[in-house]
Amino acid sequence: MIRAVLLFLLLALPAQAVEPDEMLADPVLEARADALDDELRCVQCRSEAIGSSNADWARDARLMVRELIAGGATDAEVLDFFVERYGEVVLMRPRAEGANLVLWLAAPAMLLLAGAISITYLRRRSVAAPDDGLTTEEQARLDELLGR
Amino acid sequence: METQRWKTGSGTEDPADPDACDNVNRSDTRNGLAHGCAIPIVFGMVTELGHFALILAFLVAIVQSVVPMVGAHKRWPGWMAVAEPAATVQFLLTGFSFVALTYAFVTSDFSLKLVWQNSHSAKPMIYKISGVWGNHEGSMLLWVLILTLFGAMAAWFGNGLPPTLRARVLAVQSSVAVAFFAFILFTSNPFLRLAVPPFDGQDLNPLLQDPGLAFHPPFLYLGYVGLSICFSFAVAALIEGRVDAAWGRWVRPWTLAAWVFLTIGIALGSWWAYYELGWGGFWFWDPVENASFMPWLFATALLHSAIVVEKREALKAWTILLAILAFGFSLLGAFIVRSGVLTSVHAFANDPERGVYLLAITGVFMGGALVLFALRSGAMESTGVFRPVSREGALVANNILLAVSCFVVFVGTMWPLIAEMLWGQRLSVGPPFFNAAFTPFFLVIGAILPLGAILPWKRARLARSMSPLWGALVLAIAVGGLAYALTSGRSALAPFGIALGAWVVFGAATELWTRAGRGKIGSKLRRLGNLPRADWGKAVAHGGLGITFIGIAALTAWTVEDIRVAQEGESFDVAGYEVTLVDVQRVQGPNYVSTMAEITLDRDGAEVARLFPEKRVYPVAGMPTTEAAIDNGVFRDLYVVIGDPQENGGWAVRTFIKPYANWIWAGCIIMALGGVLSLSDRRVRVAGSARKPKAPGVPAE
Repeated sequence: MIRAVLLFLLLALPAQAVEPDEMLADPVLEARADALDDELRCVQCRSEAIGSSNADWARDARLMVRELIAGGATDAEVLDFFVERYGEVVLMRPRAEGANLVLWLAAPAMLLLAGAISITYLRRRSVAAPDDGLTTEEQARLDELLGR
Repeated sequence: METQRWKTGSGTEDPADPDACDNVNRSDTRNGLAHGCAIPIVFGMVTELGHFALILAFLVAIVQSVVPMVGAHKRWPGWMAVAEPAATVQFLLTGFSFVALTYAFVTSDFSLKLVWQNSHSAKPMIYKISGVWGNHEGSMLLWVLILTLFGAMAAWFGNGLPPTLRARVLAVQSSVAVAFFAFILFTSNPFLRLAVPPFDGQDLNPLLQDPGLAFHPPFLYLGYVGLSICFSFAVAALIEGRVDAAWGRWVRPWTLAAWVFLTIGIALGSWWAYYELGWGGFWFWDPVENASFMPWLFATALLHSAIVVEKREALKAWTILLAILAFGFSLLGAFIVRSGVLTSVHAFANDPERGVYLLAITGVFMGGALVLFALRSGAMESTGVFRPVSREGALVANNILLAVSCFVVFVGTMWPLIAEMLWGQRLSVGPPFFNAAFTPFFLVIGAILPLGAILPWKRARLARSMSPLWGALVLAIAVGGLAYALTSGRSALAPFGIALGAWVVFGAATELWTRAGRGKIGSKLRRLGNLPRADWGKAVAHGGLGITFIGIAALTAWTVEDIRVAQEGESFDVAGYEVTLVDVQRVQGPNYVSTMAEITLDRDGAEVARLFPEKRVYPVAGMPTTEAAIDNGVFRDLYVVIGDPQENGGWAVRTFIKPYANWIWAGCIIMALGGVLSLSDRRVRVAGSARKPKAPGVPAE
């Protein structure tokens, strides 16, 4: 909320990110590097990918991504390279393994649960006997009003 | 400077002896009283009066949260009647307090610590005013002001409510206010003074000195805090032990109003991020953004489920639960943002004491309401009967998808915290996760929306309801196919998203058209004009959602980006536009220094746009900001950013061609407009206030 108010941290970074001198000449490789820039977190920033951060660390990381790619590394190898050195915190998309399975499966599980509950509910509602609409208390009040 | 302060403030300075006042004011702004000088006393005391009013409002709120509640329980009319004037007084006192703080900002009274920290005498007036809420303490005061405003409005327009319900609603609303008054007074008091007033302030964060952001927080707060009144209605109904169609009718306008504000607030924030951050992203899945998005998702679900309560007397317990969760997540958002437990691009001053207090507020209100819900929801017998394939069934599906998508956002936002607490493992959950895990739910919502919106109540036959929609579906597929043809070789995602958006838009149009009935075009149009505003509102809001879908799909898939070093005078080609860096100059602004470039974009030899992107440095705050220059268009934005000077004498220049960017926010505004249309429906007004329409006439519905 009030991101507005709270932007104090953008302090360091009116995000400019990738500088012209960092880019690879080969557009195919640069496109891959660009995609990886969004998958890697700048570990010195607050929840920002290296692709959108101006911090020096992010710049070094972008250069490293390009160096690895130019050296023939696959995307997975680039990610592994960073995870080895900085831990999983460097990945913007947590790997779907171990405890993180809970994160990835939470939504589908919740959907199934909600689906099951609502099917039960819908079944019940479709056969529920329509009630006469008035409680005994209300009926008594109605009778009183009607002078019965 | 001090002279300036009270002179601008008074406007009616005492001509008899201005110098005496002047001197007094210079020597001691705080104790003008002791020196017997009338004008500075009055205006120097405004802040003290504001502080005092805030404390009084706190006391009134305590009374209002207890007396009417007891009165409602014991059926004592006199005690219940306390609520209404108390709500008004509470609002007026808080309003005065807010005005006093604003006055201190406007007159640059740097003897106030908050003003000194967040303002500067050279700042333009609009940002002096927006500086009031551009900080923690002031924004909390705005928060509580809106809280009391909604309480007062519930008192003013609640004449049609049963007296006990009304007393309880106002009491619950006031108990929320008590918590926040206490929070402000004990941990975040905006009226603290500095013993020695500094000569000038530290300035507002330059990123906040922007028209988009100046009005973003008030709208957002009107949304968050507006949900408090739904919460109060829900809790009051639980205490009352009764939820009926009338309850749904009372709650819906409030939800709708809060939702409209929240929609506008989020759209403003997203629009600001788009043009201010310098690379044209519009949503970052940042914890703070998520904190505003979760209440929106719940409010949207609540909006729809309250319809079922109102029209069909079903989904009662669920609607109550949604009302509790929607405001609960607003509180949770306040906690996330202000405690600093989740580091975010938007981090506020992190203060553990405030965090604990806010967590306690969230826990007490959400927890208390949920316990009450567990105890009393059994009494909420639904009476409506319907088949699974029906409008009710479709609205249930809508609610499941919205609630589960909100759950995704919640789990993703909290996961780093959970993982660190439980396994000591540091993790990041960023946009790639949310895009993958959240988007499918909204794709399904878009896919079923047009059909669900058109299904009849109680029982429906799919084939029959679908028959008027085939045209819309074919058209939507054609639009998607056209998009695909125009962009061969790229991802199929954009054509799919665009087709989906078109399906929602055409579906909304089809619904209106079928509502117009049969017959000649003239009579159809007349009937169309006579449809209830709520029906128009529904179609317009759904259409807005479709437009936002189209904007997001096109922007995400088709943005063209060019980053390069350009010399002054150099031209280069970007996606058919000839871009020329004409010139770069140094420009002095009111409270900043700017590096301003002049860039032209030509197409087929004709100039399309001449843009002036800037890089500003605000010396007082000591930070740079990027001011992208944008040529807005219906079908594309041309977006240029000037970067740093390069060693070889050129400048880094970023050029983006962003197709359909404005459709994202246009769609949001149209959605909000739909909400306003629906809110202006005669039936809502009748339900919302005791005033009966003067000319009953025969309603079109």
